[in-house]
Amino acid sequence: MADQPTKPTQASLNKKAAQTTSYKPSGVSATGRKARSFAIRLWSVRNARFLEWFYARFADAFLMLHPMWKAVGYERAEAPVKFVEKHVKGFLFDCRMCGQCVLSSTGMSCPMNCPKQLRNGPCGGVRANGNCEVEPDMPCVWVQAWSGANRMKGRDNILNVQKPVDQSLRETSSWLRVTANAAAEREAAANPGMPQ
Amino acid sequence: MSQADSNPLDPSALLEPLPGHSSLGRLERILRRGEFAVTAELNPPDSANPHDVYERAAIFDGWVDGINAVDASGANAHMSSVGICALLTRMGYAPIMQISCRDKNRIAIQGDVLGASAMGVQNILCLTGDGVQAGDQPGAKPVFDLDCMSLLETIRIMRDNSKFLSGRKLTSPPTVFLGAAINPFAPPHDFRPHRLAKKIAAGAQFVQSQYCYDVPMFKKYMQQVRDMGLDKECFIMCGVGPLASARTAKWMRSNVPGVHIPDEIIKRLEGAEDQKKEGKQLCIDIINEVKEIEGVSGIHVMAYRQEEFVAEIVHESGVLKGRRPWRKEPNPVDEMVAARMEEILEEPRQVPHELAGVAGDTEPSE
Repeated sequence: MADQPTKPTQASLNKKAAQTTSYKPSGVSATGRKARSFAIRLWSVRNARFLEWFYARFADAFLMLHPMWKAVGYERAEAPVKFVEKHVKGFLFDCRMCGQCVLSSTGMSCPMNCPKQLRNGPCGGVRANGNCEVEPDMPCVWVQAWSGANRMKGRDNILNVQKPVDQSLRETSSWLRVTANAAAEREAAANPGMPQ
Repeated sequence: MSQADSNPLDPSALLEPLPGHSSLGRLERILRRGEFAVTAELNPPDSANPHDVYERAAIFDGWVDGINAVDASGANAHMSSVGICALLTRMGYAPIMQISCRDKNRIAIQGDVLGASAMGVQNILCLTGDGVQAGDQPGAKPVFDLDCMSLLETIRIMRDNSKFLSGRKLTSPPTVFLGAAINPFAPPHDFRPHRLAKKIAAGAQFVQSQYCYDVPMFKKYMQQVRDMGLDKECFIMCGVGPLASARTAKWMRSNVPGVHIPDEIIKRLEGAEDQKKEGKQLCIDIINEVKEIEGVSGIHVMAYRQEEFVAEIVHESGVLKGRRPWRKEPNPVDEMVAARMEEILEEPRQVPHELAGVAGDTEPSE
């Protein structure tokens, strides 16, 4: 049996049939190609505790500015805030602007960088070296998330079941949404019995 | 076959509802009774012929409690799992419909769940699915709208709250036993038991594991699972399968995502004279080891392209302990017809139109 050649699979036939030209694109998926070097992303995970602390202060400051956002109008504030958010989070986490940030629950490792965009933990395909099944050169987002979460105060947040991504919120500001929600909650707590 | 597992009115129909059960299927009853369950995976045909499905299911007849209908496994196109399940339920089998999130968005998936349940599917296994790069059509668009966890939650909401994800009401909810997959053999190892806990929280009632070739690693995982008390909250079935040769083992290890095969296994196969036989024996040995582990409620046999060995493996490992799972009994009427075939053909045929004509032509005899 050992010397019997294995039957060619359709996948290997397709691979052989594919034309080979001088241009061979890097990576496997669009997710992998969009990612920059992983150094900064990995730094963010290593410093998850600090970033968590910093974000808590930052979110408080944003909430304090709620009257200002309201005066200016959240709609008008959206464009500049989104610009800053996109570039800051893009630099630190390779943010994909899903508009419903869960970084605090995922050890400061952005789950939208997973080629399967999993928001609830690693798939079963993680390689033995901790790299991605789809992108062999990319460290698995969720292996990183687990190590980041273990450094954070809110380490159990990673165990919450996340809702599916609302695709209609893509390319919107998560910071403003969190602030507006927190403000609404604060108001509801201040005047109980008020209709929403 | 236990009497409790078949409907007295029609052996292939659904069962009467039981308290504490969420489905009307056999698999849930067997697991809840505490019996060691066996499931197998059907190799999906690349054809539009229903008999291909019937033939492939008949191999398992009387040996398994559930048949997994895979949803484009390895991102290769095959007959759809909904289609296979529809055919299997016609024959009275208990299919486990796999749904992978790779190919369908939430709208399609919720529709499929209702359709499948209407056709009598009682078990659904929620998977994330392999990436499209693994299959024969790497240019396909990966969907991954839901992930396995939100898929579990979606179907649980449909079943328990009788609602779509949007909140719109269902007039009659799908009665399904919900399953998920686990892979204890992939990093991050200390997160894996927590992930199972998450899946249970999302709605998983039974789980099937990836191929288990590393029993010590599986034992360690089960220890953690038992410490967290998860084996009491869900039925854990260990995935096993025969390896055809050392070469296949090496190929699987490097090409099939998520499969972990230790070097000792490959050495053992290489050292054997008849590798195929040794692969089967290895599978039986692994079953004998895992069935003793506390918290394991069954096995899931994935004998890809070796489906004919499933009966032998199940028989030789003795996991059924003499129990005979449901099998398709031939219809007694068919046998009677076959025995009287010649007689029937010789009988004068009664053609209704002619009879009516004759009746019209004859005068009423008054």
